[in-house]
Amino acid sequence: MIDWWDLALRMVVVLVAFLVLPLLVGQTEHKAMAHMQSRVGPMYAGGFHGWAQLVADGVKFVQKESIVPTAADGPVYRLAPAVALLPYLIVLVAIPVAPGPGAASFFDSSLFFVLAVMSVGVLGSLMAGWASANKFSLLGGLRVAAQLMSYELPFVLAAASAAMAAGTLSLAGIAAAWTPWWLLWQLPAMAVFFVAGLAELQRPPFDMPVADAEIIFGPYTEYTGIRFALFLLAEYAGIVVLSALTTVLFLGGWHGPLPHQLGWLWTLAKTGVISFLVIWLRVAYPRMREDQLQKLAWTGLVPVALAQLALTTVGVLAT
Amino acid sequence: MSGFGRGLVNGLVVTWRTMMKRSVTAHYPDQLPELPPRSRGVIALMEENCTVCMLCARECPAWCIYIDSHKETSPPATPGGRERSHNMLDRFAIDFSLCMYCSICIEVCPFDALHWSPEFEYADFDIRGLTHEKDRLQEWMWTVPPPPAVDPAAAPPKEIATAEKAAARLEAADRVDEERSGGSR
Repeated sequence: MIDWWDLALRMVVVLVAFLVLPLLVGQTEHKAMAHMQSRVGPMYAGGFHGWAQLVADGVKFVQKESIVPTAADGPVYRLAPAVALLPYLIVLVAIPVAPGPGAASFFDSSLFFVLAVMSVGVLGSLMAGWASANKFSLLGGLRVAAQLMSYELPFVLAAASAAMAAGTLSLAGIAAAWTPWWLLWQLPAMAVFFVAGLAELQRPPFDMPVADAEIIFGPYTEYTGIRFALFLLAEYAGIVVLSALTTVLFLGGWHGPLPHQLGWLWTLAKTGVISFLVIWLRVAYPRMREDQLQKLAWTGLVPVALAQLALTTVGVLAT
Repeated sequence: MSGFGRGLVNGLVVTWRTMMKRSVTAHYPDQLPELPPRSRGVIALMEENCTVCMLCARECPAWCIYIDSHKETSPPATPGGRERSHNMLDRFAIDFSLCMYCSICIEVCPFDALHWSPEFEYADFDIRGLTHEKDRLQEWMWTVPPPPAVDPAAAPPKEIATAEKAAARLEAADRVDEERSGGSR
C-alpha cells in the first residue's frame, strides 16, 4: 500500500523546501529590489554579498520578546501566526513538481484541495486583526476580509478555467494535459489568476491591508518577535505557493525541452521566474487605494475570468 | 505605444533598466570616499603661524575655540634698545561638538594658521572627546591638501584684478596729463 519510509522522505523534502524556498525568495527580493533602486542591499551578513541576511534576521526575531497586549484575546492572538503559515505548508505537499508518483498524486482533486486550504491562510490575518485589540489592526483585518471576498472569486474562476481545459481537478493531471497553446488561449485566465493571487497574498501593489503609511502594519501591528517573523515567512511562503500554482496550472509545470528526468528543474525554474515577477511588481508599482482595489476585482478581473470561462467552455465542447 | 497599460509597462522598464545599471552606493567603510576639493572635514592648526591674536576665538559664532597664552619678553637686540614681548601659545583647542563648520575662523586668520583638512573620521563615544588640543590639531595639518588650481574660466584673483585696475587708472591719468600739457603748449 503506502510505503511509509518513502512518504516520510517526501515529507522531509517538502519541509526543507518550505523552509528554504521562501528565504531564497526573500533574499532575492532584498537584492533585486536594492538593485532596482540603484542600491546594493545586504552586503555583510555571511560574508559574500550578504547571503545570510535572512538567517541573521531570523536569529534576531527569535531573540526578541514576544509581547501579547493586555487587551488582546490571548489564545486567538497566539494562534493567528500558525493559522497564517501552516496552510501554505500543507498546500506545498499537494503541488506536483515532476510527473510520476509523487506526494501530489495522493489527491484526486488536488486543485480543489489547494484552493480551499489557501483561503484558510487569510483567516490568520483576520484573526490577528481582530484579536490584537488595536484599531489599526482591526482596520487592517477588515481590509484583509474585504480583499479576500473580492479576489477569491476571480482566483477560483481562473483556476476553474484551467481545470475545464484539462478535464481534471488533479494538479498533476492539469500539468500533464498542458500544451503550448494554453499560453495563448488561457492567457487571460493566467493573468487573472496571478493578479488575484497577488491580492490574496497582500503583496504590493495590493498591500492595502498593511499600508504602513496609514494603518502602521495592519493586522500585524501588535506582533513582535518570532510571531511577527512567522507572518513574514507566511507572506514569502505564499509567494512560492502562488508561483508554483501558476506554473503548474498555466505554464505546464515540468514541460520543457530538457529530458524528462529534469522536469522538476523546469518546475522550479518557472516558479523562480514567477517569484521574480512578484518582486518586480512590488518595486515598480505604487500601492492601490482601497476603492481602486475593489474596483479592479469586480469590474476588471471577474468579467475577464467569466469571459475566459465561457471561451474555455466553447473550446472544450468544440474539440 | 499609447493608451491602456502604458504606465504599467513604463514602470517595469524603468525598474529593469535601473537593475541592469551599476548601483550608486558608496561602499564607505571598505572604500574611502572621493571628497571634492575644499571639503570641510576638520580644522587643522599650524602652530608656528599662530600669533595668539585671538581673532578666530572672537569671531567664532559657536564660541568653540579655546586659547590660553602668556607673554614672554626677550632682551633688546641692540644695546640700549627696548625689550620685546611675544605672545606664547599655551593652549589651542577646538570643541568639535560645538563647531558648526562655518569656516569663519579660517577666513579671519591673518597668518594662515588654520586650514581645512578633509579628514572626517574623528567621531567619539564621549562628547568630551570631541575637544581636540593643539597637538592633535597639528597632526591634522599634514593631511591638508594643496589648494586646488583656479578654474580655467574663473575671474582672476582679487589681488591681481585690483592691481591691474590701479595700473590702468594710473595709465589713463598719465595720458590725460600728457594731453593737457600738450594743449597748453
